[in-house]
Amino acid sequence: MAVADLPKPGNDPHEQIVLTAVDEFLAWGKENSLFYLLFATACCGIELMQAGGPRYDVDRLGMIPRATPRQADLMIVAGTITHKMAGVVRTLWEQMTEPRWVVSMGSCANSGGPFSKWSYSVLNGVDKYVPVDVYIPGCPPRPEALIDGVMALRERVRRYRTMGVRDRDPHVVQGADCRFGSHPGKPEPQA
Amino acid sequence: MNGMTFEAIAARIAQVCDEAMVVRSENGQPFVRVPAAALPRVAALLRRDPALLCDALMDLTGYDRLKYPGNEASPANDAIAVVYLLFSQQHHHRVMLEVQAPRALCSVPTVSGLWPAALYFEREVFDLLGVQFVGHPSLERILCPDDWVGHPLRKDYLYPAQYHGVPHLREGQHFDGAPRRQGDPEPTPTPAPTKKGHP
Repeated sequence: MAVADLPKPGNDPHEQIVLTAVDEFLAWGKENSLFYLLFATACCGIELMQAGGPRYDVDRLGMIPRATPRQADLMIVAGTITHKMAGVVRTLWEQMTEPRWVVSMGSCANSGGPFSKWSYSVLNGVDKYVPVDVYIPGCPPRPEALIDGVMALRERVRRYRTMGVRDRDPHVVQGADCRFGSHPGKPEPQA
Repeated sequence: MNGMTFEAIAARIAQVCDEAMVVRSENGQPFVRVPAAALPRVAALLRRDPALLCDALMDLTGYDRLKYPGNEASPANDAIAVVYLLFSQQHHHRVMLEVQAPRALCSVPTVSGLWPAALYFEREVFDLLGVQFVGHPSLERILCPDDWVGHPLRKDYLYPAQYHGVPHLREGQHFDGAPRRQGDPEPTPTPAPTKKGHP
């Protein structure tokens, strides 16, 4: 029998079916469509905008900024949070639909940063008000560090969607607090 | 087109306020210091007099004279000062006014009837320095939360130890030389340096 006479797979409508676990398919969809809520209050917000710009382009990861918490899966807290602002963060977090994820970007959102010693008004870490999944150190961290944190978060989203495991211990991006003008993959200049 | 000189403006203010005093700041900037009771008529003069016509309140701010540099000679002077920076868009001249109010009963008449821009400025000075502006329509805090205790830009302000149950330092966090907070023990006086160790 000639090869041309064999039935071509896929031409039959009954063969155009892929069998897979629907959880993995949904997880694939969720981890590739992490819409994030813009919450930029300080200079980390500039790096966040840069990450959304054409050079770093987090759109390719399916990350699209949303202006409302109702449409967001992920809140990126980028910048200094004062005591007065902390209630707003909490309200926005409560308005997000489950499952909701929080990335704390930069020293100020992590721990108060340079303000923790002398300021009376700055909250010493957004984790006092909302649970944080990923911490990104740096003042401000580079967009690569943000993308690194998001990749770790995507891993968590997949684990949650497929296995139902919600990691409670936060992930800390390593090597994000690198020197100015460098990034974790770049070798240090020789003295 | 240049307006009046500072000396001419100061002389014009002195006509309506005998206690007006010309003071020169450290960097040579002259300003007029008037008592708080005379502020309404001095401000009205500056705002409405056709020769002065200071129609723009460029800034209204304040400072605490406690521990103020150059204030050591008069340790009793711990007043709160309110500073008005005025500009005439027609005559192109500027004038700086200062009003001092005692620390305990800190009240100054409002100028928001003459310059609506003072509405927010006075709220800020009230928030951070605790100056009561008599006659202000809604003197509320503008920067700090409404239930904040104290006025942070006063030199004797004690940082709160916590706000809404959130302590100001993280667990195990300690800073040498950090500002004293409410509830902290009195600082121990630094021992006088000895000559030991410096042969």
